[in-house]
Amino acid sequence: MTEAQATTLDELDRRIILATQSGLPLVAEPYAAIAAQVESSSEEVMRRFRRMLENGIIRRIGAVPNHYTLGFRGNGMTVWDIPDDKIGHYGELIGNLDFVSHAYQRPRHQPEWNYNLFAMVHGRDRQEVEQKVEKIAQLLGEDNRGHEILYSSRILKKTGLRLVSDK
Amino acid sequence: MSPELDAIDRAILNRYQGGFPICERPYQVAARELGISEEELIRRLQGMLEHKQLSRFGPMYHAERLGGGLSLCAMRIPAEQFERVAEQVNAFPEVAHNYARDHAFNMWFVLATETPERIGAVLQEIKQRTGFRVYNMPKQREFFIGLKFEV
Repeated sequence: MTEAQATTLDELDRRIILATQSGLPLVAEPYAAIAAQVESSSEEVMRRFRRMLENGIIRRIGAVPNHYTLGFRGNGMTVWDIPDDKIGHYGELIGNLDFVSHAYQRPRHQPEWNYNLFAMVHGRDRQEVEQKVEKIAQLLGEDNRGHEILYSSRILKKTGLRLVSDK
Repeated sequence: MSPELDAIDRAILNRYQGGFPICERPYQVAARELGISEEELIRRLQGMLEHKQLSRFGPMYHAERLGGGLSLCAMRIPAEQFERVAEQVNAFPEVAHNYARDHAFNMWFVLATETPERIGAVLQEIKQRTGFRVYNMPKQREFFIGLKFEV
């Protein structure tokens, strides 16, 4: 399945997304609260939520933990050079590790950038991140043709992702 | 320093990183499953959001499926020009997050555009404005499997 496929959203979907992209209202009847905001009914809003969940527009509904404040102070973007024909196999394996939050295949830019697999590795500190990276390296064995850990040293900008336009 | 999570907070987090109900009183339904009251669940979620132990509570949208363009981009900027380039890059409204990282590829940002076609044009504009090459690294495949962050 390609990631770029767009699903058609109508005006009400867009308004619902705009109203909830930063969270669900913390009130007893959150869907009714959203309905009031987007001028619809709670039944209709719930129907839209179920549909978006079914077709993958919503990945899931629930709590998004903040690794950093929960004590995972070492967060490294790890990058790996893996044979292209084995990336599906290893990507699934690495994505399944409990200390990896995201794993993606991305294009190389040779010769400056040879890495094709990215995995966010979380640990209590950098030492723990390094131990976990070692585990991944062992898993890959000879198919690991090189890897690095890129730690973030500073946030230069952080704004919410504008998911849909509000025009 | 945020207060430690207690056993109930942890139960909430471990149970509800997904699967939150869609019904008129979802907090009541979820609370019943956790063995607490609806008010307590709402209060605890509020607390964890205030202390930033949660970055969000609600639907997590799949950005690529909403029809816009999204990409991770990297640049290699000499140290003495880093601040100037960071300012120029950040000035683009399409740049959502931007991180400095300890590496020759020292600037990493997420680009979000109204349409997928706009990505290439914005990359070109950033290159012209800054004078440096932008390495486009869009997601080709995702291996992010479910939720498993245990606390």
